[in-house]
Amino acid sequence: MASVEVRDVKKRFGAAAIIDGVSIDITDGEFVVLVGPSGCGKSTLLRMIAGLESISGGEIRIAERVVNDVPPKQRDIAMVFQNYALYPHMTVRANMGFSLDLQRAPKAKIEERVDRAAQILGLSHLLDRFPRQLSGGQRQRVAMGRAIVRDPQLFLFDEPLSNLDAKLRVTMRAEIKELHQKLGTTMIYVTHDQIEAMTMADKIVVMREGVVEQIGAPLDLYDTPANQFVAGFIGSPAMNFLEGTITPAGFALGQGIVLPLQTRAAKTGPAVYGVRPEHLRLDPKGVPVEVVVVEPTGAETHVVARIAGQDINCVLRERLAIAPGDRLTVAPDAGIEHLFDAVTGARLN
Amino acid sequence: MSLIMNAQVATKPETPVRRSRWMALSGNRNWQAIWFMLPAVAFLILFLAYPLAYGVWLSFTDTRMGSPGEFIGLGNYIWLMDDPVFIIAVMNTLIFTAGASIFKFVIGFYLAILLNKRLPFKALIRAVVLLPWIVPTALSAIAFWWILDSQFSVISWSLKSIGLIDHNINFLGDRDLARASVIFANVWRGIPFIAITLLAGLQTVPVSLYEAATIDGASSWQMFRRITYPMLTPIIAVVMTFSVLFTFTEFQLIWVLTRGGPANATDLMATLSYQRAILGGQLGEGSAIAVAMIPFLLGAIMISWFGLQRQKWQQGNDQ
Repeated sequence: MASVEVRDVKKRFGAAAIIDGVSIDITDGEFVVLVGPSGCGKSTLLRMIAGLESISGGEIRIAERVVNDVPPKQRDIAMVFQNYALYPHMTVRANMGFSLDLQRAPKAKIEERVDRAAQILGLSHLLDRFPRQLSGGQRQRVAMGRAIVRDPQLFLFDEPLSNLDAKLRVTMRAEIKELHQKLGTTMIYVTHDQIEAMTMADKIVVMREGVVEQIGAPLDLYDTPANQFVAGFIGSPAMNFLEGTITPAGFALGQGIVLPLQTRAAKTGPAVYGVRPEHLRLDPKGVPVEVVVVEPTGAETHVVARIAGQDINCVLRERLAIAPGDRLTVAPDAGIEHLFDAVTGARLN
Repeated sequence: MSLIMNAQVATKPETPVRRSRWMALSGNRNWQAIWFMLPAVAFLILFLAYPLAYGVWLSFTDTRMGSPGEFIGLGNYIWLMDDPVFIIAVMNTLIFTAGASIFKFVIGFYLAILLNKRLPFKALIRAVVLLPWIVPTALSAIAFWWILDSQFSVISWSLKSIGLIDHNINFLGDRDLARASVIFANVWRGIPFIAITLLAGLQTVPVSLYEAATIDGASSWQMFRRITYPMLTPIIAVVMTFSVLFTFTEFQLIWVLTRGGPANATDLMATLSYQRAILGGQLGEGSAIAVAMIPFLLGAIMISWFGLQRQKWQQGNDQ
């Protein structure tokens, strides 16, 4: 078990800065998810923590030891790769015991550790198979088993679920979370899937173009995103953004429509009003919108509506008998509006 | 039931059309397959199967240049068993094949690993590595002939110039030196084939396996021993089978460099067969020597096929 400190870390390939001054504090036993769109540098950062990529600037500490120049095998970490990286010519047992075998650990010890890991992951009946004889989910479990056997102080996961189908992903997500609860080891997990981040993390690090946009607990990111990017990235369906102007009377959308503001904005003038689809409800006193598309999902009704020439998604709990062209009046829930600077995207309330 | 009746009704109008035999031969899919295979089959029969069968037949006769000869059963083979030159040629062939193949494999594999790393001018270096393979054997053999010449050898000249030796080395005149020289020339020529093929194999090993092994704590040697080598065994098996076959049947290089000399020291089965059959006119005996290579070659193929090629981890899904 170990804490991890990332201090002003940089990675450059020639003139291009892939990682540009990233700082993250990870406490002992925490499950941290690095999330962001592809190309944001999250995998590179993970590989730098693993020691597979060199560090161009800054400092990485694992368990309070600076590891910038420590080779991967001395960092006491284990990593699970996106494509599993199982050794195809070894059985599951040999794959899992490989690291201990390399250290010339006694056979009995290897066997005991492999058996224990196999038991945790439900792999005991597959130990003598080769990777190609396993399904995607089983391979993923073997990759995790290989990590567990090493009993490292830090687990690294590089998009481990992205090769699995949607249903299996949900199952494995829960398994990894359960594994973390069982082992209590610090884990850093990279994904581009914000749902994975939200459901698994103790702490989420949202990255974009090599910089950290926001660090926080999943619900903090959901409730108070630091900027428009995080607001749009976290949550599904994505937050609605309406362009308009902050005036003393409220948020003016044009065409005479003004949304009342319940919070105080840092400034007036052009801005972006953000509201999550699930925070809109039918309200006779709300603003009028015109229905464009209706998508009933059973549990809820997704409505794409037009308000002052801008599209807005609503997730409504009611089953509605409405058709495109109908008019509704909707209002946002109290006190959960988000205001962002029209130029910088920074949060204004 | 009604479907079947409908189908019968539908096909009825076609029955009056009488299809000619040619139509049947050209339209039927099975016949088409035969037509398409015919040129290749004809080629193989004419240039491979027939000469091979004829060679085997000749080896059971006492045919000479100019006389048809008669069937003498295993006569040629029995006679060869007592022929010291033939025994020497077989031994030479085995030593030549084993020696050259081992060197080619080790050096070729090493080169492949080097070329698989990040190198400046990689494409250029790869092209240079291929050169010995591209140059016609006869040409490179002539070059080696000059390099190893008893009077004009550049090696002797260089060693003399820096004062290491005081007289020319007789590379092709001394029995052991001649053997070493032909092995060296063969190794030089054969390395690119192995290096480039194994390089192709190395590039199919996913980088993430090495990364996983790095984190698992493997040293470079352990990565080679435990990952690279086992993962390449299928390719190694194929490459080395071909390499052994090519080496075992080597003729051009030897013929240009030494013609089997000095005193049969570098005579291989292929060169001896040529000497006896074509130069000596003993077609039956020469054929017997050539046919005697077949069991060795089959043996090499068997070893690679059963020993190396099909590893358990590659076999089909047997869940």
